[in-house]
Amino acid sequence: MPHDHSDHSHGPDHPHTLLPPEPALRVRALETLLERKGLVDPAALDAIIDTYENRIGPRGGAQVVARAWTEPEFRAALLEDATAAVADMGLYGRQGEHIVAVENTGTVHNMVVCTLCSCYPWPLLGIPPGWYKSDAYRARAVREPRKVLAEFGVTLPRETAVRVWDSTAEVRYLVVPRRPEGAEGLDKEALAALVTRDSMIGCGLAVNP
Amino acid sequence: MTRPEPAFDAPWHAQVFAVTVHLNETGHFTWSDWAARFGEVLRRHGLDRSLDGGDDYFLAWLETLEGLLAERDLATEAERRELRDAWAEAFRSTPHGAPVRLPEEGPGTGQRRA
Repeated sequence: MPHDHSDHSHGPDHPHTLLPPEPALRVRALETLLERKGLVDPAALDAIIDTYENRIGPRGGAQVVARAWTEPEFRAALLEDATAAVADMGLYGRQGEHIVAVENTGTVHNMVVCTLCSCYPWPLLGIPPGWYKSDAYRARAVREPRKVLAEFGVTLPRETAVRVWDSTAEVRYLVVPRRPEGAEGLDKEALAALVTRDSMIGCGLAVNP
Repeated sequence: MTRPEPAFDAPWHAQVFAVTVHLNETGHFTWSDWAARFGEVLRRHGLDRSLDGGDDYFLAWLETLEGLLAERDLATEAERRELRDAWAEAFRSTPHGAPVRLPEEGPGTGQRRA
């Protein structure tokens, strides 16, 4: 079939498939190459994508928080060794090898960043949101955490200290937000629905029932 | 409760993520090594502008992976370029709506069906 080499210059008589963006072509090339060399298994790639698109996300972390709010023994175990405590709930795997839970109180508010890249507790929260990966957040969370929090709509009393934790490839953090007032009668499922992803990064609060 | 956001904004973000995780799990590099290299590329990309954590983040990710694989001789730049061109050709020559496929040749054969 005759064709030229510009991307979109075919006439209306030749409605060819649109060329994907350049990085998508590079990824396809890399994937094909590695597949032909036997270095990647396409089924394994599909399984990885399915896991993070459909199976793993902040609901896992929210269940952990709801349990910590309602079960004092679990809360103690979580703060002592979060990796083991959440593994018992079936929440383990990639980037969950060493998780530390940090609890918000009336005097301390915890906030998590990864200044290096975007380390994040995948088994509990899934893939990080765009803003967590942005230069602005990564640079400013450490420098001016209160200002960043205010932009997220979180204003803390002056006496509350803000502690910023820098994640690494070795240690990832889960913030246990404070249990909102008025949530006393709720069961764990209803409580988990109050726990937002942002509240477990420390950039939000649990929502009021 | 807020609506869940998609984990990946574009299919190629998911693909390059999956390839990297898979190669890590099959022992081609450690995640600490990956994070150090990726952090360095992000730093370099962010020198003259502020990265927003979207496409630019995964562009840095892709560059890190390409560099790492080239360094280990697992995927050279020439091999990548040849397949990139083959895919572009396949997209250009496939009628709209038909599945886009590559001709069945290995890298380095230099042949391509028109």
